[in-house]
Amino acid sequence: MTKQNEDDQKAQFKDNVIVAGSVLTVMIGLAVGAWMIFLRPSVEADQIGYRGVAMEQVAFADDKVAAAAMNIAPEEVYELEPDDGSEERAGEIYENVQVLGHLSDENFNRIMAQITEWVAPEQGCGYCHNNADGEIENFAGDYNYAKIVSRRMFQMTMEINANYDAHVNSIPGTGQAVEVVPVSAFDGETTVDAIAVKAEGTIVPGAAADDQVAGVNCYTCHRGKNVPEYLWFKDPGTELEPAEEPFIGARNGQNMPVEANGYTDLNTDPFSAYILRNEPARVIYDEASIGDDNESLIMRTEHTYSFMIHMSKALGVNCTYCHNTRNFSDWSQSPIQRTTAWYGIQMSRHLNVDYLDPLQPVYPEHRLGELGDAPKANCATCHQGNYKPLNGANMVSSFPSLWGPGPVELQDPALSPEEVEAKLNAN
Amino acid sequence: MAMLSFEKKYRVRGGTLIGGDLFDFWVGPFYVGFFGLTTIFFSALGTALILYGAAIGDTWNPWLINIAPPDLSYGLGFAPLRDGGIWQIVTICAIGAFGSWALRMVEISRKLGMGFHIPVAYSFAIFAYITLVVIRPVLMGAWGHAFPYGIFSHLDWVSNVGYQYLHFHYNPAHMLAVTFFFTNCLALALHGALVLSAVNPQKGEDVRFPEHEDTFFRDFIGYSIGTLGIHRVGLFLAVSAAFWSAVCIVISGPFWTLGWPEWWNWWLELPIWYWR
Repeated sequence: MTKQNEDDQKAQFKDNVIVAGSVLTVMIGLAVGAWMIFLRPSVEADQIGYRGVAMEQVAFADDKVAAAAMNIAPEEVYELEPDDGSEERAGEIYENVQVLGHLSDENFNRIMAQITEWVAPEQGCGYCHNNADGEIENFAGDYNYAKIVSRRMFQMTMEINANYDAHVNSIPGTGQAVEVVPVSAFDGETTVDAIAVKAEGTIVPGAAADDQVAGVNCYTCHRGKNVPEYLWFKDPGTELEPAEEPFIGARNGQNMPVEANGYTDLNTDPFSAYILRNEPARVIYDEASIGDDNESLIMRTEHTYSFMIHMSKALGVNCTYCHNTRNFSDWSQSPIQRTTAWYGIQMSRHLNVDYLDPLQPVYPEHRLGELGDAPKANCATCHQGNYKPLNGANMVSSFPSLWGPGPVELQDPALSPEEVEAKLNAN
Repeated sequence: MAMLSFEKKYRVRGGTLIGGDLFDFWVGPFYVGFFGLTTIFFSALGTALILYGAAIGDTWNPWLINIAPPDLSYGLGFAPLRDGGIWQIVTICAIGAFGSWALRMVEISRKLGMGFHIPVAYSFAIFAYITLVVIRPVLMGAWGHAFPYGIFSHLDWVSNVGYQYLHFHYNPAHMLAVTFFFTNCLALALHGALVLSAVNPQKGEDVRFPEHEDTFFRDFIGYSIGTLGIHRVGLFLAVSAAFWSAVCIVISGPFWTLGWPEWWNWWLELPIWYWR
């Protein structure tokens, strides 16, 4: 073989390699392109701000469908019975009815049957009314921690619907708190407008259409489970004294990816500071500062960031749902949703401080957290990944018993367990 | 315009990509060419449209002038001029101008018998831009996903797109891009410093040659990549920075819609964490 032939062969080989490489590249390119165009799930986006500002909620279309399908509100199982207030009240018929004594017999039993569907569909009435032997000895007795907790949860639900309209949109019209729901409101109407008109003077009738009212009932959090799926406890890593941890392992309440902080290195307990204690989630200083006068240290910024990530994950939205991130703190540049969320923070704190945390002594040990604290609520407890829980379903209109506390004089006073026992024996 | 004595012999005709010897001439030091002309056309039209957009906008403050893309509701269709149509035409002009600029580089390279390294390198910047204003919007189904033309407004866009994914620093391609940008700076600074330290001595000192440069780095880190190799490194670092920037934005939205932190859950779920 001559030198010339050898060179030609080499050149030929080189050409072949180039052709083969080009063909392969084009084929891979076509395959990737075809996948992008035909197989990739399509993306849906909702624009929030002015065009080009990139305030938008982005999600895969099939994820959205799946999320909506997982958040369907149940049909109500038992209908509201007409009640003109003339019949005997539940508090007069039954013993030890402390928060629902103002209802008619039928509507009292209706809400009891309904909560069974919402919270303990498998266990039935016994989940709350069983005694220590696992038998329903007497419906009136406070034998079971679950009954004591549910009574408090009824009060909490009434509190939310009566006083946090600004967050849960429980009242037709705007921003009016209900002090007491009059008996005249319970006369069997199930449309919001009709109920609002009948309750005139206590609830301001508004223009809000039926489908805009949401409110909450037991199902909003419980979703057919004894214990709501999304709760929070204090994080042992945050509560430890520095001396108890070796230097290397001292993570200062951070640096552990968990669901609560969205799997970041931010704080592992985003909650205690903001919805148990009352620390402001406010870290942006309104002047340029490099001195000591800026109190918003980087740790506080990260703490706020972790809480905000929780809110985003709980609502299934990103930061731009409530903020124009060019200036997080400026209300005038923020979407209206931020106002709703602000009321939500105030509400969560109030519920944790006044309703959930104080129940700690009532719970059996297996319901408590690692540090022995009671289960508490955060944004995910109701929202469960949707910015409108249960896709914004109306949870409250046909349950007037949950609109707010009834007249005190129609309720039995709270009794000690011994007093309950004595009263039951006397009958 | 003055010309260096040897320059004239490199002013050769031919090597054009289109139109034969149409516009195959120089004006002063500048080669014109067909693509020089299209560059001028597209950039003049685009600039004029930006000025028109500013004139019908709210402000002449150069920081705040904003030429925004259409609302998402227009999808991939045309929008009226005042509702994002200006942005659409400006985008066409920008791509036309950048593309022409690259093709003019190709023509000049061909005239000089050089490789096409320069237009290829520049194409990575064009690719990053096209990714932002065409590829990603098309994949997401609306021109409104592209960034607005304005000094402050495009920064607001960057901020909000970052926070659409909760914490953009967890975007793996963003990590790579940032790393390439910084490494690029480091390499350029080291290379510039090394060359100056060798070939720009104090008065009376001798110029040092590549042997000294190589020896410095061998003494310093045990290895010198050499005088040609360092330029390969530089090109690689620079185009990688642009390339991974494009990747980091095109995966945000079309291929990942949640927070970037939780993308790393595959790492957290590797079965290597049980030792503790």
